Amino acid sequence: MDLNTITAVERPTSREALRVWRDGDAFLAGGTWLFSEPQPKLTRLIDLSTLNWEPLRATGNGLEIAATCTIAQLDGFAAPPGWIAAPLIGQCCRAFLASFKIWNVATVGGNIVMSLPAGPMISLTCALDGELLIWGPDGRERRVAVVDFVKGPVSNDLKSGEIVRAIHLPLAALTRRTAFRQISLQSHGRSGALLIGTRDAGGAFMLTVTASTPKPYQFRFDALPGADELTARTDTTIANNWFDDIHGLPAWRRAMTLQFAREILAELGGGAA
Amino acid sequence: MSVTVNGKPFDDQPAPGQCLRTFLRQLGHFGVKKGCDAGDCGACTVYLDGEPVHSCLVPAFRAEGREVTTIEGLAQGGALHPMQQAFLDAQGYQCGFCTAGMIMTAAALNQEQKADLGRALKGNLCRCTGYRAVEDAIAGRRDTEDARPGRGVGHNVPAPAGPDVVTGRARFTLDVAIDGLHHIKLLRSPHAHARIRAIDKSAALAVPGVVAVLTHEDAPATLYSSARHETRDTDPDDTRVLDDVMRFIGQRVAAVVATSEAAAEEGCRKLVVDYEILPAVFDPETAMQPGAPRLHDKGPQARIANASRNLVAEMHGATGDVAQGFTAADAIHEGTYFVPRVQHAHLETLCAIAWIDESGRLNVRSSTQVPFLTRLELAHVFGLDRDKVRVFCERVGGGFGAKQEMLTEDIAALAALKTGKPVKLEFTREEQFVGATTRHPMKVTVKIGARRDGALTAIEMHVVSNTGAYGNHGMPVLEHACSEAVSVYRCPNKKIDGYAVYTNTVAAGAFRGYGLPQTGFAVESAIDEVARMIGMDALEFRRCNVVRKGEPMIGLHEAPDDVIYGSYGLDQCLDLVQAALMRGDGDEAPPGWSVGEGTALTMIDTVPPGGHYSDTYIWLEADGTYNMTIGTAEFGNGTSTVHRQIAASVLNASPLAIAFTQSDTDHGGHDTGAYGSTGTVVAGRATQRAAEALRDKLLDFAATQSGVDRAQCKLAGDAVDCGGKTIALGELFRIAEAFVVDLSAHGTTNGIPRSVAFNVHGFRVAVNTTTGEVKIIKSVQAADAGTVINPMQCRAQIEGGVAQALGAAMFEEVVVDTEGRVTNPSFRHYRIPAFADVPHTEVLFARTSDELGPFGAKSMSESPYNPVAPALANAIRAATGVRFYRLPLKPDRIHAGITAAG
Repeated sequence: MDLNTITAVERPTSREALRVWRDGDAFLAGGTWLFSEPQPKLTRLIDLSTLNWEPLRATGNGLEIAATCTIAQLDGFAAPPGWIAAPLIGQCCRAFLASFKIWNVATVGGNIVMSLPAGPMISLTCALDGELLIWGPDGRERRVAVVDFVKGPVSNDLKSGEIVRAIHLPLAALTRRTAFRQISLQSHGRSGALLIGTRDAGGAFMLTVTASTPKPYQFRFDALPGADELTARTDTTIANNWFDDIHGLPAWRRAMTLQFAREILAELGGGAA
Repeated sequence: MSVTVNGKPFDDQPAPGQCLRTFLRQLGHFGVKKGCDAGDCGACTVYLDGEPVHSCLVPAFRAEGREVTTIEGLAQGGALHPMQQAFLDAQGYQCGFCTAGMIMTAAALNQEQKADLGRALKGNLCRCTGYRAVEDAIAGRRDTEDARPGRGVGHNVPAPAGPDVVTGRARFTLDVAIDGLHHIKLLRSPHAHARIRAIDKSAALAVPGVVAVLTHEDAPATLYSSARHETRDTDPDDTRVLDDVMRFIGQRVAAVVATSEAAAEEGCRKLVVDYEILPAVFDPETAMQPGAPRLHDKGPQARIANASRNLVAEMHGATGDVAQGFTAADAIHEGTYFVPRVQHAHLETLCAIAWIDESGRLNVRSSTQVPFLTRLELAHVFGLDRDKVRVFCERVGGGFGAKQEMLTEDIAALAALKTGKPVKLEFTREEQFVGATTRHPMKVTVKIGARRDGALTAIEMHVVSNTGAYGNHGMPVLEHACSEAVSVYRCPNKKIDGYAVYTNTVAAGAFRGYGLPQTGFAVESAIDEVARMIGMDALEFRRCNVVRKGEPMIGLHEAPDDVIYGSYGLDQCLDLVQAALMRGDGDEAPPGWSVGEGTALTMIDTVPPGGHYSDTYIWLEADGTYNMTIGTAEFGNGTSTVHRQIAASVLNASPLAIAFTQSDTDHGGHDTGAYGSTGTVVAGRATQRAAEALRDKLLDFAATQSGVDRAQCKLAGDAVDCGGKTIALGELFRIAEAFVVDLSAHGTTNGIPRSVAFNVHGFRVAVNTTTGEVKIIKSVQAADAGTVINPMQCRAQIEGGVAQALGAAMFEEVVVDTEGRVTNPSFRHYRIPAFADVPHTEVLFARTSDELGPFGAKSMSESPYNPVAPALANAIRAATGVRFYRLPLKPDRIHAGITAAG
């Protein structure tokens, strides 16, 4: 929709030109959220697309995803053969409520920075031990794990004037076995629970719970836990902090989470669901 | 900024925060539509450098130096794009408002995407079709027939607007460029109940571009209702164009008129309003109690049943003795059912353009189902002679009852009259949820008793309807709710009590089904329970107890004398659904899921009570074709196709030889409006009569001219065959002109008496009892539509009704919080069915012919919606053993129900 309070647009082409932040500014990545709601407090947009960041770079250390990489670009990524966790990328892209047309515009960084419980790029990057590279307005940089970055619905660790530059997925995470479960109240709807399990070659198991909780939760085990142990720890840790909105009742989200935890454990070799 | 649109360069500067959608419309590409303005509906889909995007989310400045393709540029040269042709051939649209975006998306799909349309089309919402026709189009199936003389009634004649719809040329309400157009934005109340002490307009008036700020001080004192009915005293006079009392969060406080939308919005933000907060009430049963906050301090002239108890209407009816009836019962089910608010979600939001023409006359171009009634009420409210007001619409983007209200025209008229400028008011999608209307939420307690042999002994029903802050449609919706859902059953003892209650919430209004879906959910669920209790198949139980042709129909009262059995096909509908379910076809249930079947029926009066009028004027043109003006509006209901077919059949002409314009008060005559399922059965009758009168005139004149006996003369396409000698119609026109003989005719109708139509729905569902998910593996609806004038369209109408009803049955709910605020005012949080949510429905027709409707037709627009929710609830009951008393039946609630039942 038209954002009629916007009076100016900056289109920086260098990092130096980014340091113009003032109140009323918004960084514009894909724009698919910014332009989807009235933004009466904003007066200026700073367009990140003109920075022309390379969307994806696979290295010996893992995958570097530019914050401005679109969902379509990420979905089209051809992973090296050893990266057996790569199918998660497609599974998480398909967990978007948004259609493939939005994928052409929406960005990975934008989805993480929105910090909605059902943000599937949060699920993906949390489960793969993703780390964000954050640029400060003063030229400083810092790194933070995605799982620590997202604090709650539309709430995160980003401070005024900071931007997410990139997301790094380490090689170790990309070579883990994975299992994925997702459910929503409608076909292809907004996720009510999205769980990802990973298991590395050494047998370590990790469960990432998203969408059913206001923020992501992660449970790490050096070896496969028992099903009851896994669900008990999940339930105790989340401690009734189940997300409640029109896309799912808390009791349902809890039941789906515990059910999926068992199924994922079974799929990755830990007994019957 | 330079941009190429459809191969043509443009050089224009968008505003810094402008989105591509409005920029393209500003450049004249009106095929780019606004359904949500938030990226959810896909109506604005265009290509940016060949890639499909939602143009409402794309900053316009990002189009610099790039190529944009809109629906207007999809056809190359003179030929349609194959996907446009496919949508024409399958008639993959109804109102057509979503169609440009649907075609742009479909044309961009690769083979893999086409193999999974549920996923590929999740970003394209259509509220009319139920997507089967869209699927046919993409699959290349042809559902239309070629138009030829003799192929009128009974044939799959394509909709006249098709070529314009698929190319983006069809003009919806706002698809016009008007010089000097001003824009209206509304400030809406943040309080559920408050009195305005003062409004400081000074800062708003100082905003550059703002030309006027209109408040209750500028509005006429005349009270009216936003509901439009043939007789205006059907509804209470409880509404002002702008009031000094706010009765719900979202009520309009003031209107700002400015040279741009941006300035009008800024003007709204700059208004300073001093409110005196008043106590509010949100629950209808609380609102009925003595001492509850009172919403309307109005006298008897307002026609509010009991203003001190917030009752807009109250009704009671009884026959026999229910206490005795329950004593005689072997089984009794009593339950309290709740049906929540849902929104129509027509893709074209409410909108209107108003201006004063050179003669000083007020013109309103509106998105309405009722132009004639709106004209009368505007004249009443503003104290104008009715000849000084013209209201009209071209193509309307969906209605479903929402546009049987006057919610934009009054403000637009006020602004045009006060400023003298042409003005536009366009609701945002959010305003559709917070400031338009919804279905009436109802709490229905029903108690039904029966003997073991299957005979009903008593039906008792207590209905509390929440009409919201205003009483538009409150009384007639309640009356309808208390009628056919019960009167379809033969039972000696009945008692019904109904209350329609004001609360400080967004007003409810007319909605497809008009009360019947709400009470139908309760009654048909209860019938299913009683059948179980006496161990009888639910369809068999219904067969034992439904009214048969000629029997009295007793609901709140015995049916009014003007309701007759013009035909009766309920028995056939029950048989058809039973046979279809017994066939055992449909999808396989996923392994481990529980399976169950459920059915429900509905009866509906074919026309609203109290008279429903329509006029058609038809004449012969110089080239030997026909032209006509019809009153009824087209909003995807397909009635313009039907009118052409009716005229073509009577005149034995090709449907293509019949041109028409419609829904314009300037055409003369009267039309009550396109509501109450009347576009075919009432307005179509007027067209039939007009065409018959013209046929008689043509044949009389041809007989005189040829000297051939009148009985030997007949119409044959573009000529009259006079005993073997043909006179071309163009020639006949010239002769008539020379003799000053008038070859035009008029047909009219009053909608009295009325008939009844029936629908029966059946589902087989599979339920995952672990997750609460429901998969519909078989869906069938049998309809008693009388003579089906256009089988393709009627089937599509039923499929669309089923889809809309499934949305309400499975997940739609406008949620109002404890302070009266709507918490989910967007398509992202108020999900309507997308392609993947809608199963195929087998549509079957009873073989009947009605003695009242044109060519034996009956109405089939609202009623397919009505039996869907209870049939689904009954199927889920069968699969899970759990009775659900509340809609919608979402997986989380089903899961909760199963868990609670242990």
